[in-house]
Amino acid sequence: MKNYGNEKRKYVLGGIVITVLLIYIAQLFNLQILSDEYKDKADSNAFYKKTIYPARGLMYDRKGRLLVYNQPAYDITFIPREIRGIDTLDLCNTLGIGIDDFIARMKKLRRSRGYSSYTEQVFMSRLSAEEFARFQEKMYRFPGFYVQKRSIRQYTYGAAGALFGDIGEVSQKRIESDPYYTRGDYIGTQGLESSYEAVLRGKKGTEMLLRDAYGRIQGNYLGGAHDTMPIAGKDLRLGLDIELQALGEELMKDKIGSIVAIEPSTGEILCMVSAPTYDPRLLVGRSRGENHKALSQDKRKPLMNRAVMGTYPPGSTFKTSQALTFLQEGIITPETNFPCAGGFRLNKFKLGCHAHPSPLPLGPSIATSCNAYFCWGLVRMFSSSKYSGTAEAMNRWRDYMVSMGFGYRLGIDLPGEARGMIPNAQYYGKHYGKYWNAVTVISISIGQGEVTLTPLQIANLCATIANRGTFYTPHLVSSIDGDTIASRFKEPRTTMAGREAYEAVVDGMRQAVLNGTCRGANIPGIEVCGKTGTAQNRGKDHSAFIGFAPKDDPKIAIAVYVENGGFGAEFGVPIGSLLMEKYLNDTLSTASRERAEYIKNRVIYYGEGER
Amino acid sequence: MERERGNIFQQIDWLTIGLYLMLAIMGWLAICGASYSYIDTNILEFLSPSERTGKQAMWMGVSLFVGIILLCIDKRIYKDWSYIIYIFFMLLGILTIFIAKDIKGSHSWISIGSFSLQPAEFMKFATTLALACFISKREYKIDNKADFIKSVALFLLPMLIIVSQRETGSALVYLSFFFVLYREGMTGLVLLTAISAIVYFVVGIRFGETSLGSLDVSSGHYTVLVLIQIFALSMLKLRCRHDKTFMVLLAVNGVGTLLAYWIAVYIIAFNIIIVQYVLIAFSIVYMLVRARLAKENGNLWVVLFICGSMAFYASCDYVMHNVLQEHQRVRIEVLLGLKEDLSGAGYNVHQSKIAIGSGGVSGKGFLNGTQTKLKYVPEQDTDFIFCTIGEEQGFAGSTFVLVVFATFILRLMWLAERQNDRFGRVYGYSLASIFFFHFTINVGMVLGIMPVIGIPLPFFSYGGSSFLGFSILLFSFLRIDADRAVKV
Repeated sequence: MKNYGNEKRKYVLGGIVITVLLIYIAQLFNLQILSDEYKDKADSNAFYKKTIYPARGLMYDRKGRLLVYNQPAYDITFIPREIRGIDTLDLCNTLGIGIDDFIARMKKLRRSRGYSSYTEQVFMSRLSAEEFARFQEKMYRFPGFYVQKRSIRQYTYGAAGALFGDIGEVSQKRIESDPYYTRGDYIGTQGLESSYEAVLRGKKGTEMLLRDAYGRIQGNYLGGAHDTMPIAGKDLRLGLDIELQALGEELMKDKIGSIVAIEPSTGEILCMVSAPTYDPRLLVGRSRGENHKALSQDKRKPLMNRAVMGTYPPGSTFKTSQALTFLQEGIITPETNFPCAGGFRLNKFKLGCHAHPSPLPLGPSIATSCNAYFCWGLVRMFSSSKYSGTAEAMNRWRDYMVSMGFGYRLGIDLPGEARGMIPNAQYYGKHYGKYWNAVTVISISIGQGEVTLTPLQIANLCATIANRGTFYTPHLVSSIDGDTIASRFKEPRTTMAGREAYEAVVDGMRQAVLNGTCRGANIPGIEVCGKTGTAQNRGKDHSAFIGFAPKDDPKIAIAVYVENGGFGAEFGVPIGSLLMEKYLNDTLSTASRERAEYIKNRVIYYGEGER
Repeated sequence: MERERGNIFQQIDWLTIGLYLMLAIMGWLAICGASYSYIDTNILEFLSPSERTGKQAMWMGVSLFVGIILLCIDKRIYKDWSYIIYIFFMLLGILTIFIAKDIKGSHSWISIGSFSLQPAEFMKFATTLALACFISKREYKIDNKADFIKSVALFLLPMLIIVSQRETGSALVYLSFFFVLYREGMTGLVLLTAISAIVYFVVGIRFGETSLGSLDVSSGHYTVLVLIQIFALSMLKLRCRHDKTFMVLLAVNGVGTLLAYWIAVYIIAFNIIIVQYVLIAFSIVYMLVRARLAKENGNLWVVLFICGSMAFYASCDYVMHNVLQEHQRVRIEVLLGLKEDLSGAGYNVHQSKIAIGSGGVSGKGFLNGTQTKLKYVPEQDTDFIFCTIGEEQGFAGSTFVLVVFATFILRLMWLAERQNDRFGRVYGYSLASIFFFHFTINVGMVLGIMPVIGIPLPFFSYGGSSFLGFSILLFSFLRIDADRAVKV
């Protein structure tokens, strides 16, 4: 019994089914094809991109001794809104902090930018493995607290802190300019850590992990097909001799100043001391913050590397460069004599000198550090008919100085190098107008007045003399993971003075050690050459010394600069001598050891002022 | 026309069986995708009886076995036993309310040993049988109030029982029997009223706050008024067949609407909703006049429909803002996309949309979905199983599944239409309607179109009882269909 009247209704019903089907297909089309919104959401939903940090490159000294390495440290973090029902006192006891400290930290975090109750906040950073172990045992009692493993630096020796520099969390500015970094990454902030950051850091890897709705990691996406392995940072081999460095730092104890030793044949830095110094191991671990604060507030600025950042009048060490200039320009010959009757006198101008026979040729003048000789040299150069006038002579002089590496940054592989100061004609023109001559600028000839150099530049001058006219841009790193370093460190640079001039100066420096101002630099069995410096300044004179040895096959060229140390022979000479002996003989003689103890224990009082 | 015994397998509609097997296999694979975890990766584990996929495979085997038995049961037996089966399952359903353990607030599961059964899934079969039997009585007349109420009561009783089991979603499925009653002659007004009410509500609320193009009028309000006129005109044309009235109103309202819109957009902006009210008022007056003059009494129904619609729309707004509780309103607003409530009511649907949307054109590949696997989508192997298909098979695969499903439903309707008696047809339509209801609500929910009502997608969602229940419905009908030549 068919009801034909209602049979057409099957089309209505069928139509409804098809309509629903079409609406659903349209919605599928909308969700899956038209809209990208859901795909992006799905990715951020499920994928957790975990960064795998590569091991930072290590540092070794020239003898292959490990200097800087990595050690795990642990940051205690927390997600504010996940914290519930914890015993604060228990937490404080476990972490070894006071309840006041806890409250202060929390307050500070809450006020800081980027605080969110949903994201991980660093509560305490750089806990040691032992401290972490103690916390981990009780961690279950502190829901919302987590531990983040980090890799920080550790140091084998307590020396050369300022050279290694430091690592710290990358700044917001750097993150914005360099896409490699993300918040919380460590970056080299000073010293070699900073200048070799790109080499040391390696390359971060990523793991694409899948995270379920509860935030639990469920394994690697597609079995790790999208993961990239981190590439470890490259190791640095330094030209530094860490034992030499340590001895230098000890000798400079309770003094302010610098020591720079260079291997003349390569330009590698053998040691670079900036006193006062600090033990880099103080900046490891949880007391880092406290120690760092103390160091950065110290008026003697132990964090500053004076060897490249400090500029000083070079004093008499600078006379060597003058002799080279005058010889090369034909102003004098090694046989030229100048009179010195207790100093330099011209018309009414007088510049004092100490007692020594007179007149003297070049060699003995260097050996006795005669002021008058070099003043006369400058006067003769400035009045020479070779040049159109004072200005041209001045600039010619300036060209010589610049060719020896003064007045501009040498280009060492450390950040923050200072230029020092070499004046030129325009400089004096600005101050004196037309009315200036050799006498006006006479003190530049003895390394005083407007001239300032960094200890590195002084050491480099010495290396140049040792090499008889060439030098390599000084550098700390000798090789990177077996590869060679930048070519600019491999190309010799020549000065404007010739070999003959250098031989004459070397001869003078040798005489200085044998029977001149730096007899104290003599090392039995080694031909040492040297030159003292006593730089005048507002306070007590600075004690300076440059020296190299052996004379004909120089292995080490050194510059020592002790602020307010008095005569060059008082601190500069013994320190320089001890370090050369240590480096060349690999040990100190008994007599030298006693001398070293004496120097170490000498304290220079600097007062309370800012240095 | 008696059919020879033993010939049964030639009479069976193999196309339906083929579609059934396709759905079952695709469903099982989807469950594999949904329960596959990244931690254990051994694919052989899928058939282990301790895994959900293994259990489902076992239930599929059981269902197939039961299905084959059902194919051997003569149609006449159903007729004789239908009320007894109905009464048995209703009693079992009532018993379940009291003996079932509380599982997430629902009291619908009976445990026998290590197996759990959900009697509600078999109550559909019993109800279908009883309804088909009742309607196919020679003296049954759907226009007869008593008959109509009795037939409605037949499926309202299981609804009531299931609501008592706290399975409101499953109870709503019984509303699908109204489709069957419609096919059997129930006035279409019920269906039209229901559909138009839903449309008014959804459109009115969804677009109530958005303005129409550049015009400063509520597009929801405007659209509803236009829809009322369209529905009214359709009624006039299809039901009353008053062609002259229809033509006049179509011309006046159509031209009036378009002209007003054109002026508002291009010449001077004004409140075009007022024009719609004027047009509706004109329609009512014109139809009443025609009813009086030309004795077009059908017009009165249309006028009644218009007034009812306007009243309903007005009350929707009132109910939404003054009657509903805050959380109920939020739920509706979330569903309609007015609010994003991603951690509360909207979480499931939002995650489900993310999972499906991330599938793209071709999907992430079998077992490669990330969202479903990582349990972002709750109920991913039961109510939200379609997510897995969307994510892993993409637009191509999920469209294919939808088309196969729709084909299956249309095929059942086609089979129902070819029955020679009312029993078979009612039975077939009941079946098609139940599948259609499940399909519409489940997929609609997953796609974020329908409200979140927890009912399974037949043959896809994990669950032995539902798979067996649907299979029983299907295979019993296949035998009835094979026996269609036998008149009872």
